[in-house]
Amino acid sequence: MTFRLWPALLLVLCAAGPHSGYEDASPAVRAMQDDDSQNPAMLWVQQGQGLWDQGCASCHGAVGSMRGVSARYPAYDAHLGRPITLAGRVNQCRTERAGQAAWPTEGDEMLGVSALVGLQSRGVPVAIEGDGAARPFIEQGRALFTLRQGQLNLSCANCHDTLAGQRLGGARIPQGQPNGYPLYRLEWQSMGSLDRRLRNCLTGVRAEPLPPASPEMAALQFYLGYRSNGLVVETPAVRP
Amino acid sequence: MMRVLLNVPKTVKRGEPIEVKILISHPMESGQRRDEMGAVVPRMVINDFRCTYNGVDVVRLALFPAIAANPFLAFSARADASGDLVFSWQDDSGASQTETARVEVV
Repeated sequence: MTFRLWPALLLVLCAAGPHSGYEDASPAVRAMQDDDSQNPAMLWVQQGQGLWDQGCASCHGAVGSMRGVSARYPAYDAHLGRPITLAGRVNQCRTERAGQAAWPTEGDEMLGVSALVGLQSRGVPVAIEGDGAARPFIEQGRALFTLRQGQLNLSCANCHDTLAGQRLGGARIPQGQPNGYPLYRLEWQSMGSLDRRLRNCLTGVRAEPLPPASPEMAALQFYLGYRSNGLVVETPAVRP
Repeated sequence: MMRVLLNVPKTVKRGEPIEVKILISHPMESGQRRDEMGAVVPRMVINDFRCTYNGVDVVRLALFPAIAANPFLAFSARADASGDLVFSWQDDSGASQTETARVEVV
């Protein structure tokens, strides 16, 4: 009897599927995200729009043409032979095509432009292609996600897969889905990228944070994106 | 120059209450925190906020620390004639800024 129940239980667990951090946030935080006039991330979006109009628009036209783009990022780039994030693509465009200096990942310019591009895809389901040549990077990311590390000896999966939905202190443990990045985090009192969030997590388990532009960071973000396939893009989200 | 998001209806019905919303980018540093070297981060908050409509005060606020960064202010107003809603504020550094929104009464 017990053995016969196992497949059914597995099916239930799999059917649960990805679940946005929005669902785990308090009503007050959700209200901030739902109303653009209350969402402080819109200050960065406004700045990003100014930058877009000054530079990006000369090739890409109105930013509305970017609808759906951020839902496909991070994406495997066949030319580079590795996955690239949206911020990485913006910097690639700046350095290779526009002949300008790269923006720092955590700078207001990069956060503004990537939030603006992400905003165009709001409501579009995340659809990251993870087959073929991209597969090894997904597997590398998955391995990092399930790797126990740090003094607390925890993997991402310990909390964000196994214990997701349960409580840690007063807060619900989210699945760690990246569908709202870059986002405004109340704890930071500022906008931040997924890089920053991952550094936060890693120092939280007292592990050494991944270097910003490392292949491991890219693979982990690629896997997280792939794992969130099907959730809608919420950029720029608000999180506690 | 602080970044600002203003949310004011462009046209309103005479005498009907409208909701005025403003979001200002500002660190609102409380003066209670210390940096990595242990030095106190000086207080830097918006301390005075004023909104007038056709020269008449709508709202006047004295702000203090313990307000989150990027403050969001919302209040109601009533317009009897078309005019300009003028928002002005000042922070601890003495920096001040003024923003204007035109309201048409129909």
